[in-house]
Amino acid sequence: MNIAKPNSYRSGPDERGHFGIFGGRFVAETLMPLILDLEKAYNAAKADPAFQAEMNGYLKNYVGRPSPLYFAERLTEHLGGAKIYFKREELNHTGSHKVNNVLGQIMLARRMGKKRIIAETGAGQHGVATATLCARFGLECVVYMGAVDVERQQPNVIRMEMLGAKVFPVQSGTRTLKDAMNEALRDWVTNVHNTFYCIGTVAGPHPYPTLVRDFQSVIGNETKVQMQEAEGRLPDSLVACIGGGSNAMGLFHPFLDDPSVEIFGVEAAGHGLTQLHAASIAGGRPGVLHGNRTYLLMNEDGQIQDAHSISAGLDYPGIGPEHSWLHEIGRVNYLSATDDEALAAFQLLSRLEGIIPALEPAHAIAKVMELAPKRPRDHLMVVNLSGRGDKDVPQVGDILRGKTK
Amino acid sequence: MTTRIDTRFAELKKQGRSAFVTFVMAGDPDPATSLEIIKALPKSGADVIELGMPFTDPMADGPSIQAAGLRALKAGMTLKKTLDLVRGFRKDDDTTPIVLMGYYNPIYIYGVDKFLGDAKSAGIDGLIIVDLPPEEDDELCLPAMKAGLNFIRLATPTTDDKRLPAVLANTSGFVYYVAITGITGAAAADATAVSGAVARIKRHTKLPVCVGFGIRTPENARAIASHANGAVVGTALVDALKNSLDAEGRATSKTVNAVAELTASLAQGVRGAQQAAE
Repeated sequence: MNIAKPNSYRSGPDERGHFGIFGGRFVAETLMPLILDLEKAYNAAKADPAFQAEMNGYLKNYVGRPSPLYFAERLTEHLGGAKIYFKREELNHTGSHKVNNVLGQIMLARRMGKKRIIAETGAGQHGVATATLCARFGLECVVYMGAVDVERQQPNVIRMEMLGAKVFPVQSGTRTLKDAMNEALRDWVTNVHNTFYCIGTVAGPHPYPTLVRDFQSVIGNETKVQMQEAEGRLPDSLVACIGGGSNAMGLFHPFLDDPSVEIFGVEAAGHGLTQLHAASIAGGRPGVLHGNRTYLLMNEDGQIQDAHSISAGLDYPGIGPEHSWLHEIGRVNYLSATDDEALAAFQLLSRLEGIIPALEPAHAIAKVMELAPKRPRDHLMVVNLSGRGDKDVPQVGDILRGKTK
Repeated sequence: MTTRIDTRFAELKKQGRSAFVTFVMAGDPDPATSLEIIKALPKSGADVIELGMPFTDPMADGPSIQAAGLRALKAGMTLKKTLDLVRGFRKDDDTTPIVLMGYYNPIYIYGVDKFLGDAKSAGIDGLIIVDLPPEEDDELCLPAMKAGLNFIRLATPTTDDKRLPAVLANTSGFVYYVAITGITGAAAADATAVSGAVARIKRHTKLPVCVGFGIRTPENARAIASHANGAVVGTALVDALKNSLDAEGRATSKTVNAVAELTASLAQGVRGAQQAAE
C-alpha cells in the first residue's frame, strides 16, 4: 500500500480525532457539545497528577493490578515453537480487561459531576465492569444489551442486576452489540444533561477511541516491564483478539514504535469469511457508523450488515478507527479465527493450562496455535488473555453436548 | 444560487404564513406506494417535503422511523432508488422543495461527488445529514454548497450561543431547530421554550427557522408554527402510514389517503397560525 510511514505510530490522533482518514466526530449536533466537553475534561484530567494517582490506587487495590505475565509452559511444549506468555487480564476484578477503561471513565464522569452512567455491552463484560464501578461509587447505571446477547450471556446479565444496574434488552435491528450501541446513543441524546456515556471499546466519536486506548495502555506498559524482568528484553510478537479492539489496542500501543515487535490482531471469522462473520478488516471497507469512520461490514448501498460470531464480545460489524489506520499503514497484521477454531482453542487451553478463557481471547489462542509452531524456541510471544470463560460455560457446554450449534 | 427552498420561503413570507414541512421515508412501505404518497403531499398542503433515506442504524430516530426505514429496505429501497423516486415526483411538480434527510454512510459509499451530481439532476434541493456536525463540514457540507444544494443544519437545545455561529456558518435554505433533546417521535415540543429558542437563533441568522421533533397534532403544529417559519411533522405521518398497512406490512387501498388526510389536517393547523414576527 502506497502510504507514507509516519515518524511515530503513537502520535495520533490529530486535533480533530483523525487517525489517517479514520476516526472523526460523526455525531448528531445534540451530542457535539458533550463530546467537546468530554475532550476538555479528559485533557485536564490527564494533566492532573492527582487524577493519575487516584486511578493508580484503585487499579492496584480494587482491580488487582498489575496482572501477571505468565509463562504458559505446557502450551509452549504442546505447540513446540515460540515461548508463549499470557498477559492475565482475566484475573482482574470483574474478569476481563474492560475494568481498566471503565475505572478511568467513571473517574472522569465523577470529575464532570455526572450522576447517571449508560453503557452498551456485547458479551456483558463491559456491562459488568460498568455496573461494578457504578456500585462502588454510588452512581445510577443503565446497560443496553442486544436481546440475542441477553439470551446467550445470562450469567453476566444476572451479575449486572445483582450489582444494581438496569439492563435493557435491545429488540431493534439485529438485537446484538451494534443495536445496543444505537440504543445507548439514543438514550444519551435524550438525557444529555445528567448522563455520561461509558463506551466499552476504542470506537465511537473522538475522543473516545483515544481515551479508551489510553486507559487500556496499562496492559502493554506492564507487559513491557514484566517481560524485561522475566527475559531481559522486549517480546518478539504480540497477539490479541479484536471486536472493537480495546484489549488489543491496550497491549499493542506501547509497542508500536518498537520495530522488532511483530503485532497480530485476530478478528472473528464466524462461520468463515465467505459466510456470516464479524471480521471488519478482512471482509469490510471504510464507512461511517457510530461516530467514526472505520472498516465496516456493509452491502453495496452502505447498509450495515449483520455480523456473526460465537463470541458475543466480537459480534460487531466494525472495529476501532486506530486499528483501521494501523492496518492501512501495515504496522499490525490482522488475521481471523473461525467459531470452530476458537472452540478448539477454548478446550485446549482449559485442558493444558487449567485456564478457561473467554470465547473472545480463545480466538487469539487459535491463531497462536498456528503462529507459534512456525517460530523458533527463543521467540517470545505474548497473548492477551483478555477475559475468563465463566460467562461462556453454559453456552460452550451446550455446544459440546450437541444441544445447540 | 436560488433553490426551490429559497423561492418557497420567499413566497410564504409574502403570504404571511409559516411552512408546513412533512417527513416521510422514501420507499415506505414500497417504492410505488411511496411515490403516490409524496405526490399527494403538496396537494394536501405540504409546503416542503423531507424525504428520509433509509438506513439500517438510524441513531437519532425513535422506533416509528426506525421501523419505516427497515420496511423500505425490506422492499428493496436503496439510495439510487430514492433518487429515482424524486425523478418520478419531479415529472409533475417542479416547485415543491425536496430535502433528503438521513445518515452519511450510504452517501459516502455512493461517492460524494457522484451523489451530489445525481441528486441535483434528480431535482433535490437540500440535505439534512444527522451525523455530520460542523466539525465534519469538509465531508459533504462544503461540496454540497458548491454543487448548488442547500445543506440544512440541525440546531438543538444543547447548541449554546457560543456554538451557534459555527452551526450556522455554512447553513443555507433554512435552519432546522430540534425542539427537544432526544430522538424523533419521543416527547411533545413545548411552544414557549421553542419560541425563546427560535428568537435566539434569529439573532444570529436571517435564514428561516423551522422546528421539528415532537410535533404530532394540528394544535401542536399551530402553536409551534406561530413561533417559527415552519413546523416539521414526521413520526405522526409515518405512524398513520403504518396503521394503514395489512398484517404483513404491505400497502392497502387506504395507505395513500391515510397520509394525505393527516397531512391536510396538520396543514390546516399550520395555516391557522399567525406568522412569527421577523
